[in-house]
Amino acid sequence: MKHFFTILSHEVRMLLVSPSTYIAGVAFLWLMGFIFTGILEQFSKASQSESPAAIFFTLYWFPVIFMVPLLTMKCLAEERRMGTIETLLTTPVTTTEVVLGKYAAAYLLYIAFWASTSGLFYILRRFAGDAHLIDPGPIIGGYLFIAVSGLFFVAIGVFASALSRNQAVAGILCTTILIGLILGGRYLGSASWLDRESLAPLKAAVDYAQISRHFEDFTRGVVDTRELLFYVSGTVLALIFSILSVEAKLLHS
Amino acid sequence: MANAMPETTQQPAIEVTGLVKTYAGVTAVNNISFTVPRGQIIGFLGPNGAGKSTTMRILTGYLPATSGRVSICGFPVASDPDAVKRRVGYMPENNPLPEEMRVSEYLYFRGRLKEVPRRKLGSRIDEVLELCDLKRVRHKIIGKLSKGFRQRVGIAESVLAEPPVIIMDEPTIGLDPHQILIVRDLISSLRGRMTVLISSHILPEIEMTCDRVLIINQGRIVAQGTPAELRREVLGQSAYEIQAAGPLGSLTFLLGSIDPGLSIASEGPPDALGFRTITLTTLNDDDVGEAVLRACLSEGLRVRAISRAHPTLEDVFLAATRRSWDSVAGEPRTRGTP
Repeated sequence: MKHFFTILSHEVRMLLVSPSTYIAGVAFLWLMGFIFTGILEQFSKASQSESPAAIFFTLYWFPVIFMVPLLTMKCLAEERRMGTIETLLTTPVTTTEVVLGKYAAAYLLYIAFWASTSGLFYILRRFAGDAHLIDPGPIIGGYLFIAVSGLFFVAIGVFASALSRNQAVAGILCTTILIGLILGGRYLGSASWLDRESLAPLKAAVDYAQISRHFEDFTRGVVDTRELLFYVSGTVLALIFSILSVEAKLLHS
Repeated sequence: MANAMPETTQQPAIEVTGLVKTYAGVTAVNNISFTVPRGQIIGFLGPNGAGKSTTMRILTGYLPATSGRVSICGFPVASDPDAVKRRVGYMPENNPLPEEMRVSEYLYFRGRLKEVPRRKLGSRIDEVLELCDLKRVRHKIIGKLSKGFRQRVGIAESVLAEPPVIIMDEPTIGLDPHQILIVRDLISSLRGRMTVLISSHILPEIEMTCDRVLIINQGRIVAQGTPAELRREVLGQSAYEIQAAGPLGSLTFLLGSIDPGLSIASEGPPDALGFRTITLTTLNDDDVGEAVLRACLSEGLRVRAISRAHPTLEDVFLAATRRSWDSVAGEPRTRGTP
């Protein structure tokens, strides 16, 4: 792990000097601000049962689906397309260090983007002056959910990037997997054919992998270790597959 | 870093025994063996798809070999890839560089990856920038540099950590003659300090820079030795060209008395002034030019010019690769990607 921090700092630096990072950041903030304004407008019309933060975070999947591929599609696909992976792996660096360094850099940026949305809550608190609008519980739970689920989502993006040398293919693959995971899980969870007795184990598995349910638990302040385990094990699995994929492609290059 | 390991300095820099690499049934490298002593510059020649790049990648530990043994400075690549990677500076084919970094940033990053101590890295970067004449562009973005500069950035990067072995895959590809000269001088300046293995298509260049040449075709070594040895071994003869006018008479007999192997190989048609180009060949390596000239004059031939033909490495290369094509013509052709 000697070179992990070298690669991490290099990747973070590369992300910070790249204009696309700022474009993505601005687009992200613009979209989140737009969503937030929409929520506040609804609140101004009629009082709602939930706090604005709770509603705001229910839309977490929307930026996830377009931000995560943008952040991660480049990381390994570009190295392989440019051939720089060859110079990288002929130094005393292991594939694990390369993948983890790139993953950590993408994750840090992902978290930084989300952290910037806390400005929205600050503005609300500063100008609305209405304490009941700002309920710290759902906000903290929401950010915690973002941080934990982000581990898994970004790992999926890195994995997709390890599979292809084409950034666009990696990006689309990542979006597809994320949609399948987030929205497909929700769809399967509500499918009636799974309610049969014989399919009960399958139903249990689908329920366990319900990302939207995990989200509800987190915003209610319930941090379940089983859910943490789901994300951590998913992350570890996706990263192991990324490392294996990079190495397998070397053997067959 | 070699100085930290005095017990290994007696080992040859590169030792390859029975190396085989197959990709999905295609044999790219077929049982090659060679040894490179320390401090030499070795040229690696071969037509496209001969297995040069594959061999180089295996030497760096980037690709695993199918069978055979490769060791760098005594460290086996298969079981100790980390030790090997610390001792090899590698510049791949086409010299891939990150487009959006500055030259000095890139060298700093590479130096950190290659475990150059942070204290020494700054001065070492200055040194290689000086060595490769890159001082002017040290703050430029690599993507905006011309091909010659990029190539030199690649070379600077490969010598950065002062590895005992440097492997460069076609370092002069796409450069203009002036830049080739600079790169050649740069490589020559490493002689004695580092072992350099370069592959190239530009034969005169290999001839000028390299102490020894390996010619590889279809995954096999077809010839190896110094350029002079190769000429003798592969072509096996030296040739003289005489431009002369007049009847040949008993010249053939006279030539036989100079050197029994000397004979007239070909005789061109006479030009407007009656001069013909006569080619003589001999298996003898000694210079017999003067004796030949004297023999011609004593026969009453009017001689305009006499020269000893110097076969270039190109002739050797063509002859060696042709020979290997002939020898494998009967076998099913197995060619891999380079």
